[in-house]
Amino acid sequence: MAKQINVALIGNPNTGKSSVFNILTGLNQKVGNYPGITVEKKQGTCQLERNLKAHIIDLPGTYSLNASSLDENVVIELLLNKKDKDYPDVAVVIADIENLKRNLLLFTQIKDLGIPTILAINMADRMKRKAISLNIKELEKKLGTKIVLLSSRKKTGIETLKSLISNYNSLSLTPCINSSKIAPEYFERLQKTFPNQDLYKLWLVVTQDVNFGKLNRKKINGIQPFQTESITNLKRLQQKETIARYQFINDTLKETLSIDSKNAKDLRSRFDKILTHKFWGYVIFFSILLLIFQAIFDWSTYPMDFIDNSFTLLSEWLKINLPPGVFSNLITEGIIPGLGGIVIFIPQIAFLFLFISILEESGYMSRVVFLMDRIMRRFGLSGKSVVPLVSGTACAIPAIMATRNIENWKERLITILVTPFITCAARLPVYLIIISLVIPEGRVLGIISLQGLTLLILYGLGFAAAIIAAYTLDKYLHVKSKSFFVIEMPNYKLPLLKNVGITVLEKTKSFVFGAGKIILAISIILWVMGSYGPGDFNQAEEIVLQQTEQQNLSQEELAIKLSSFKLENSYIGIVGKFIEPAVRPLGYDWKIGIALISSFAAREVFIGTLATMYSVGNDEVETIKERMAAEINPSNGAPLFNLASGISLLLFYAFAMQCMSTLAIVKRETNSWKWPLWQLLSMTALAYIVALAAYQILK
Amino acid sequence: MLSIASLKIGQRAVIKDFSVDVVPLKLLEMGCLPGNEVTLLQEAPFKDPLYLTINGSHLAIRKEMACKIEIELING
Ligand SMILES: Nc1nc2c(ncn2[C@@H]2O[C@H](COP(=O)(O)OP(=O)(O)OP(=O)(O)O)[C@@H](O)[C@H]2O)c(=O)[nH]1
Ligand SMILES: [Mg+2]
Repeated sequence: MAKQINVALIGNPNTGKSSVFNILTGLNQKVGNYPGITVEKKQGTCQLERNLKAHIIDLPGTYSLNASSLDENVVIELLLNKKDKDYPDVAVVIADIENLKRNLLLFTQIKDLGIPTILAINMADRMKRKAISLNIKELEKKLGTKIVLLSSRKKTGIETLKSLISNYNSLSLTPCINSSKIAPEYFERLQKTFPNQDLYKLWLVVTQDVNFGKLNRKKINGIQPFQTESITNLKRLQQKETIARYQFINDTLKETLSIDSKNAKDLRSRFDKILTHKFWGYVIFFSILLLIFQAIFDWSTYPMDFIDNSFTLLSEWLKINLPPGVFSNLITEGIIPGLGGIVIFIPQIAFLFLFISILEESGYMSRVVFLMDRIMRRFGLSGKSVVPLVSGTACAIPAIMATRNIENWKERLITILVTPFITCAARLPVYLIIISLVIPEGRVLGIISLQGLTLLILYGLGFAAAIIAAYTLDKYLHVKSKSFFVIEMPNYKLPLLKNVGITVLEKTKSFVFGAGKIILAISIILWVMGSYGPGDFNQAEEIVLQQTEQQNLSQEELAIKLSSFKLENSYIGIVGKFIEPAVRPLGYDWKIGIALISSFAAREVFIGTLATMYSVGNDEVETIKERMAAEINPSNGAPLFNLASGISLLLFYAFAMQCMSTLAIVKRETNSWKWPLWQLLSMTALAYIVALAAYQILK
Repeated sequence: MLSIASLKIGQRAVIKDFSVDVVPLKLLEMGCLPGNEVTLLQEAPFKDPLYLTINGSHLAIRKEMACKIEIELING
């Protein structure tokens, strides 16, 4: 029977844990040159030997076992809970050769927990450049462990690592530091109270509350909360521990590590001189943002046109080849255009992820955090909020996850609450189709297209809303939090094509499939609701015939009358008529009302919903845009999608919180329903009021 | 007493002490301990935040904290 062991990859942020994880497991976890890419536990397996399998756990980076942010806490919760099914049989501490001193702090802590620990020193490919040499034999002896020099970029040292993991039983368990020496009397007391517990683990449990206060007590069996010392005293002891550890590390490295700083090549400072410059730094940052915008809206039109044409062809081919009938209509006029409405955005979404991923992989993102921190702080945010806000232009879900490395709870909460205002990729399909319907094609001053300008304004509006909301929240939100901001500035790296490619591919894929599933589900539900109905629906033919007896209608006119009567009396029509009074003041009819409501599942559903409803009511072959342009507002006979109602819709989508997945993530990340509900209500109320005002003024 | 916030770009110094009761543990863990060397690499507008190397690691901290870390300049 094959044996399986748990192997945890632990280390400082940005040392290459996920890169090593990907090599060992063959999976594609996201890798990036920014501390805090991985924010939750990820798992995979690796065949070590013929009958030994490893269950590999990739963890968020942490500087020590004293958590100060949520991502770090994930590591501590795992290591303190022996009963966890993922509790490691062996820990592999991944260290960065360029930061060995600091990396060893965490190593000594983990070793002192009594877990068999291997030290894997990564980025060995950079040793020559940085003129670093290391006496491994000696270091192994001093640290009492096995060491492997790795390079996950060059893929060296992996086999050695695997064989070290297989032989984990032969690792020494002697602690690096006898922690009870730090405060002998206190530790003796601890041991007496809990005679059966590991002393260093006890100490960590006691002190976690002091720093972070988020430890899940129920998970740590056998240790009840207790107060043994004043908090200030405990903090002093923690400091003593850290100092003692650094002393040990300095002594160890003095004889084993040498850096010949004269021969080290230093590209970092040359880049930093420009990229973090007080003036040029900002110029460059804003130029990059403009470049991204340009790429998304200009360059991607070519592949988009291609996709658009292919989908139209596909739809037409299906219309000819499928047997005629209502179900084929659902496919060709509801589902296919609905999916097409998403697939067409693949180039733009891919461009967006491409740029964000290059910014992260090159190490530039931390510089942006540095440049923006002070400005963001004026609005109650942190420099670290820039990363979520920028990636929020793709999708709010990963963006909200990325807030995990913001230490300050208030700054983090505000970032989470305002991120959904940022124009995400899901709003694009809605924006673009409405813009193309209601905004004329002309150019301002002969250069900037009106439609492009409208889009730019909508992006600006989203950003402004986020900033203003943050500022207001900062004023009125009373959340206690005291923490200390620090961000590591990683070395610049040439983005690895493979890492960037994988990120782009995975993210785009999950966006399309995620949206695709929702669209499919909603199209089918709406179609069923539109094809059946109570009472009058079933006598539709007789009623319509009766009503139109005197009118002498042609066969065709009669069919149109009939199908629209059916739609209005179907279940969907009944629901639509019920909500119509609420949306009429905004300039919409009941069909848009339904589209609006189904968009609360996900915004990109809008077009698919309209397409499905139009296809239920009509057998004509038309594109969705033509159908929308032909809709007439029954109350005044003018086109339904006009400037006033169009702007009103755009504004509604800009501000409303229409995304179930985002709400779910906010619930998870804030650990309460209070915040997502608050978001849903306040953002939607804002959207309603703004859209109402816009329509009433413009109409 | 000088603090990190009073360094000029490129200047090196040794950390002496902290002028707060309880130093954030994270700061110590990042290598900011008395006796270690610190260099100011870059500053953002209004000297906030500051981009430093401390004990061989590169990091940025806010001015508010930097003011509380006392230093002694290294000549030359
Ligand atoms: N030169 C070099 N770069 C590497 C090596 N391994 C990883 N990197 C790069 O280091 C950066 C960080 O890699 P990740 O695997 O994301 O690091 P991580 O430890 O998972 O980071 P977090 O999840 O943020 O804690 C990426 O830019 C990688 O391309 C290596 O062996 N050599
Ligand atoms: Mg990672």
